[in-house]
Amino acid sequence: MKEIVIISGKGGTGKTSVTASFGFLGGKDVVVADCDVDAADMHLLMKPDFAQSEDFYSGVVAEINPEKCTQCGLCAEKCRFDAIPVINNQHVVKKLDCEGCGYCEKVCPVDAITMRDQNVGDWYISTTKVDNTMVHAKLGIGAENSGKLVAKVKNEAKAIAEKQHKEFAVIDGSPGVGCPVVSSLSGADFTVIVTEPSVSGFHDLKRVFELVKKFKINAGCIINKYDINQEITDKIMNFLRDENIEHIASFPYDENFTRAMTLGKTIVEFDEGELKEKMVNSWTKVKQLVNHENLNV
Amino acid sequence: MRIAIASGKGGTGKTTLSANLAAFLSKTETVVLTDLDVEEPNSGLFIKGKLENEETKYKMIPEWKEETCTLCGECQKNCNFHAIIQLGPQILVFPELCHSCYACSELCPTDSLPMVSQRMGKLKHYSGDNIDFIESQLDIGQEQAVPLIGQTIQYVENNFDDNTLKIYDSPPGTSCPVIEATKDADFIILVTEPTPFGLHDLKLAVETVKELRKSFAVVINRWGLGDEKVMDYCKENDIPIIAKIPNLRQIAEIYSRGELIFEQVPEFKDELLKISDYIKKEMD
Repeated sequence: MKEIVIISGKGGTGKTSVTASFGFLGGKDVVVADCDVDAADMHLLMKPDFAQSEDFYSGVVAEINPEKCTQCGLCAEKCRFDAIPVINNQHVVKKLDCEGCGYCEKVCPVDAITMRDQNVGDWYISTTKVDNTMVHAKLGIGAENSGKLVAKVKNEAKAIAEKQHKEFAVIDGSPGVGCPVVSSLSGADFTVIVTEPSVSGFHDLKRVFELVKKFKINAGCIINKYDINQEITDKIMNFLRDENIEHIASFPYDENFTRAMTLGKTIVEFDEGELKEKMVNSWTKVKQLVNHENLNV
Repeated sequence: MRIAIASGKGGTGKTTLSANLAAFLSKTETVVLTDLDVEEPNSGLFIKGKLENEETKYKMIPEWKEETCTLCGECQKNCNFHAIIQLGPQILVFPELCHSCYACSELCPTDSLPMVSQRMGKLKHYSGDNIDFIESQLDIGQEQAVPLIGQTIQYVENNFDDNTLKIYDSPPGTSCPVIEATKDADFIILVTEPTPFGLHDLKLAVETVKELRKSFAVVINRWGLGDEKVMDYCKENDIPIIAKIPNLRQIAEIYSRGELIFEQVPEFKDELLKISDYIKKEMD
């Protein structure tokens, strides 16, 4: 089983449209996972059935028992996150600010503080409209530790793919270069970076690739909307050559991507022309790249 | 006044709006634009100015003093983030897991874990005509955006008074970095697009700002694309839509070059004017 993670650095470049298309084309041979737990969207295209659902607990939040509390204020003094203000002469915990370090609990002289497990979201194992198994999640508002939920979704997807002897796990990664995307990349066999030729798209491509290099993962790149700025597209092509990143495909600016999405479809279900052909070829090429890489190990 | 520009989904045009709105408003107000998307700061690509100040930003982490440590194991017990592990006769600190809560350090019976600073990123301050621009960038390999976001807001609050209009470009998503970036704002603008992805992520963003009890309004970007469902949702929930930016390939092209859009596209400028009027009403 090989794990393919699709990332982008910058949001809105078409990462999820690519992942869902690969999932659709792979069908029963792949397990798909949506690791963009902050703003998970792939279910809108893959129509999973939410068959199995589980709560996800991660971290703790302080809770003050007002009956026991003597209002001495030591907890508030020690809290580095200003999470314990005084409201109506009572010390209370602002849940969104509490990081769960538990320092307050340890110093409270009258044991009035308890750290409670926090339900930060739900995760699901589903079957999609084309019979892939799909692992996905929904993070609660303002929740911390999205990296841990990402790791949960990813590891679950990998375990299922191994168990069912699937060829690939195709994973929609997270945006950015921080904790969630670190969790989605770790242990991957291949990564596809989806970018666009804008100053910001190129900037973010370079930044996220620094991270990919740290993980020593082979990478390929899809340039979306290549024709909105030919000059930057050329620069991206040079960058790919210099960094040994495989150029997988370039897609033109085309509103069919949005039209497909509006109907809840992947581009390969909607378009019958150039876009479909390019996407089918991209998936074939990615599969070859992943397996070829394997021969060199 | 502090205005935060946010969106659940990435790539909806948050940075485009922040940079253009800030530049547009700077014609009549003193403005400071701050990019809080510290993982991928991009606003600076659109605002030109001269570098005024540059600061390395640090977070505090414990450093093990072997000489005085009695290996009592308290620190490992006191760290809820597993950032300190006792391995035989050694204490190991994992800085990327540390939340700088100081518990291990201050509760150590022999003061063997003093807090020291560790670099996490860099803040840059540029100034131009009636507009200042601040951005911070997290170093690659640093996983926690929140402390850098907090310090960046602190820098802005320390350097600019209440007569300055402060515009904050927030990170995408709904988790802790967004909360950190928007919790002190007076008004939040949520940018979305009229597509199923846009609507889904707008709903998450609305839940987030409601949780923060903030006053907010919606700007629809790429208007003309997709469907009517974002409009319907806003109407049903009494959410004001203060501007609709048309979907034009020309805008995508200008954006791709890192240029300001309102100077070249009159339809875009009209929408900025509507936002600016709305903000001025909010200010009074």
